[in-house]
Order: sequence, then C-alpha cells, then structure tokens
Amino acid sequence: MESKSGVGVKTLQDTRQAEKGALEVRPSRAGSDWIAWLGLLPFFLFAVMFLFLPSLSIFVRSFQDRGGNFTFENIIALFTVKDIINAYRMSLTISLITAVGGGIFGFLLAYAVIMGGLPRVLRSFLLTFSGVASNFAGVPLAFAFVATMGNAGLVTRLIEQIFNINTREMGFSIYNIYGLSIVYMYFQFPLMVLIMAPALDGLRREWREACENLGGTEIHYWRYIALPILLPTILGAMILLFGNAFGAYATAYAFSGSFINLVTILIGAQIQGDVLYNPGLGNALALGMIVIMSLTMVGYVSLQRRASRWLR
Amino acid sequence: MRRVNLLAWFVFMLGMIYFFLPLFSTFEFSLRMKKGVYSFEAYRVAFQDPGFYYNFGSSLLWAALTILCSILLVVPTAYWVHWRLPKARPIVEFVTLMPFVIPAVVLTFGLIRLYGGPPLILTATPIPLIAGYVVLSLPYMYRSVDAGLRAIDIRTLTEAALSLGAGWGTIITQVILPNIRVAILSGVFLTFAIVMGEYVFASLLGWPAFAYYLEEIGAMRAYTPQALSLVSFGITWSMMMLIQWIGRGTRGAEQVAAAH
Repeated sequence: MESKSGVGVKTLQDTRQAEKGALEVRPSRAGSDWIAWLGLLPFFLFAVMFLFLPSLSIFVRSFQDRGGNFTFENIIALFTVKDIINAYRMSLTISLITAVGGGIFGFLLAYAVIMGGLPRVLRSFLLTFSGVASNFAGVPLAFAFVATMGNAGLVTRLIEQIFNINTREMGFSIYNIYGLSIVYMYFQFPLMVLIMAPALDGLRREWREACENLGGTEIHYWRYIALPILLPTILGAMILLFGNAFGAYATAYAFSGSFINLVTILIGAQIQGDVLYNPGLGNALALGMIVIMSLTMVGYVSLQRRASRWLR
Repeated sequence: MRRVNLLAWFVFMLGMIYFFLPLFSTFEFSLRMKKGVYSFEAYRVAFQDPGFYYNFGSSLLWAALTILCSILLVVPTAYWVHWRLPKARPIVEFVTLMPFVIPAVVLTFGLIRLYGGPPLILTATPIPLIAGYVVLSLPYMYRSVDAGLRAIDIRTLTEAALSLGAGWGTIITQVILPNIRVAILSGVFLTFAIVMGEYVFASLLGWPAFAYYLEEIGAMRAYTPQALSLVSFGITWSMMMLIQWIGRGTRGAEQVAAAH
C-alpha cells in the first residue's frame, strides 16, 4: 500500500534513514527487547486466561477420570460410545454436504457476477449481500427457514396448494440433516462468494490472451491455467466452510432443538446438565472438536500458502 | 468476448431466490398474526413486551462493553507490533485466529469448567461472557486495525510525534487513532452485529441477551419471533451498510466472517 508522503514527511523519512542505525539497533538489544515484549503483556494475559487455559483444561480433563487420575478411557469412549460416534458422524456429514454444496454454488455465483458478463451493479450488490448473509446466522436464521419451509411456511403452503397434498401426513419433515443443510447453506455459500471474488479478480487477462494466442480454447484455458491456479483457493475455501459448519451451534439448536444430534449440541447439553454422566467424556468430546478444527485450519493455511503463489 | 450469459443469469437468479425467499417468507409469516388479514400486529405485540427491552438492552450493554474491551486490547497491541515488535506479528495473528479453531460452544464449555469453581470463580460475573465476545471479535477487530495501520506510515508518524515532544497518550489519541478511525469503526460495527446476534455464550452462561430471548419466545409463540428475526436481520444489514459507507474510498474493506 502506498504511504502518503508529503514534502514534510519525506524530509523526516530522510532523517530517519540517516538515523536508522541508531534507531534500529536499540530495540534489538536484549534488555530493550524484553521491555518491548512487555507491551504485549495485556494481550497475552487475556489470551492465556480466556483462550489457552480453558483449552488446556479441556485437554487435561479429557485424560482424567472422576477421581482425577490419569486415564485414556474418555478418549477410547469417543470411538466406542454409540451416541458420540453418531454425533460426530452427523456433524461431519452436514459439514461435508454444506462445504461441498456451498462451495460449488458459491463458486458458480462468484463466477457468474465476475466473469459471466452480468452488469457491474449486480456484482457489488451480491458482494454486499454476501457480507450480510455470511454474518446472518443463529436463531433468526433458523426462524426464517421455519417460516419458509416449516409446517406453516410459505413454500410448504404453496406446494400443498399447487399439488393439493398434505406434506405432514406424508411424513415429510424438514427437521433432519438435509433440512438443516439447506439452512446452513444460507451462510455457507455467501462466504464462498466473498473468498472467491477476489481470487477470480486476480486471474489476469494476459493469461487468457496468452492461451488464445497459442491457439487454446476455453476448455484449455480452464483445464490448464485457471483451474490449477484457483484450485488451492477453492479447496481452502471449502475447508473453511467445513469448519464453519462444524462449529455451528445456535442455528441447529434453534432450528430443531436437540432432534439433530450434532457434536456441538451434545456439548451444549453436557454443559446444561451432565447428560453423558461423565464429565471427563464431555471434555474429550470438546477436545475432539478442537482437534478436527485444528486440522481444518492447518489444511486451510497450507492451501492458502499455495494459493498466494499466483494470486495475491 | 460476448457470449450468451444465460447460464450466468440463471445462477444469479437462483442465488437471489435463495437469498430473498426466506426473508420474504419471514416477512409474510410475521404479518399473519390476525386471522385472515395481513397486519403488523406481531410487531406491535413484540415491541410491547418488556422482556424484549430487557433482553435487547442487555445485548446493547454487552456489545458496548465488548467493543470497549476489544478496542483497548487490540489497538495498542496492533500498534505496538507495528512500531516495536514486527517479529511478534505471527504469534499475535495466530492468537487472533484461535476462535476459528475453538468453536464458541467449546470455549464456553472450557470457561465454565475452568472458572465455575475454585480457585477463581468468575461465572457469577459477566466477565466470561464479555471475554468470550471479545475472543469472537478478535479476528475481525485485529484484521481491521492491522490493515488500517499498514496503510499509514506508522514509524514516521510516531517518530515525528516523538521528536516534537509528544507523549504516548498524545501519540495514540491525536496521531494514530484519527488515522485508523475507519479501520476501527468497521471492526466496531462488525463486532456489534456479532454480539447482537450471538446466542451460544449468553444462553449457556445464563445471561439475558436478544438472541436468547428470541429463542425463548420462539419455543412458545408464533409470528412475533419472525417479526424480531427481521429486526435482527435489519441490524446485521445496517451494520454492513455502515461498514461499506465509512469504508468508501478506502480499499480492502471486505469482511469474511465465520463461527456461528
């Protein structure tokens, strides 16, 4: 980014350059360095108290039995207790569905407004709306979808009137993993749009022209140029979407109560009352989430690094 | 290269239907409180409930406290990293991204288990609640402020102020803050939108909040929850518009959020 250097600033910059040695040697001296780190003390104190200690306590208590003795039992239970396996399976499934589905649709939408030749005004409109929708989640989102496709929802009533059927009598329900996926998509694909838009903007026109000059077709361009460049961004964004859905709690809870047995909902229930009848198991459950989220972040960061090779 | 962009239009329209249908349905639903006619009865009822004002007011208070703490924590830290400790940047950035690794419900779990009993009992105070909200706001606040600081020549400004005899208080309030006002404000508005819609911390830590109230009445009544859902959407929408409006003319105002 360009710095606004007026005449006055410029002279100062020169002075600074001249004094560079004096100014920059000092902070690197050990004593002064130590004082500099002291300036970050409040921030790190906060992080330790409200991020690291709670995480550490979850980690430690995952390996403790009721009496506080060391045990692997809780971790083993994660892979053997049926309710927990189901919860993880459910959470992973919905995250996968909405990450892939939201990723594909979000990509197509970003492509449509940026490279599809649509009027420019639609593009800024979509980006604004994506900013809003990706932040619009939780209880109000769940209620909006109940009003849309719930028993008395607008879409439900329309379908019932048009086809003259009663969806409820047919045993049709939206309060399952597929219904919840539709709800999650509302914040998932706008997030994809927000991530893909700058990446698509970063595709240089020269690359396409070079391809065309060499006799390449549209298919060649996508197969050999655009897709390989975009792929790390696309995959990275999908991983982010995956984590986004995996950690969601409020939307699912407000939408279906505890009907859909997600890991987050199980943890919430464990907080409100020891539903697993084993505090250590609750901690192990939470630890499992942290591990999976960490893996997604590692995946995201490494793909991000690859993506920035061509796009910045 | 003018190709038929029918497919692009189709995808766009599909997206718009997906965006607006739930909003329209919610609006239509909220108007149906009186049998047979459309009316704003649900809104009248919703705004008459003292519980709404109590919980909405509480959320406003939490938002204000969160914003205050977040600014006090992030601005000096980001400034210090830019001015004295560039090598601390990766560590600080890592910490600000932690909320993406630890979901809100897991953090709440940890906070309750850690501060719900001796030696340090905090769960009787709103401290864990505000701390949780500050953690949620960290990625957005830090990224905003960091981008703001990057756009100005922080070294030159600080050294100029120092050489003119300014103290640290003057430098922060008179030199740095006015220069990163827009960056701070976009962080503030996003934090406001997040806290006003946040449900997990408030409900599990047991504090009144707008989203908690919304969920409560949603379990008991119809129509009014939908009316208030639209109010909530309006808050998010207006905060995003404010961010765009104050950020006009500056680059890189896009916000990517996560963690619901």
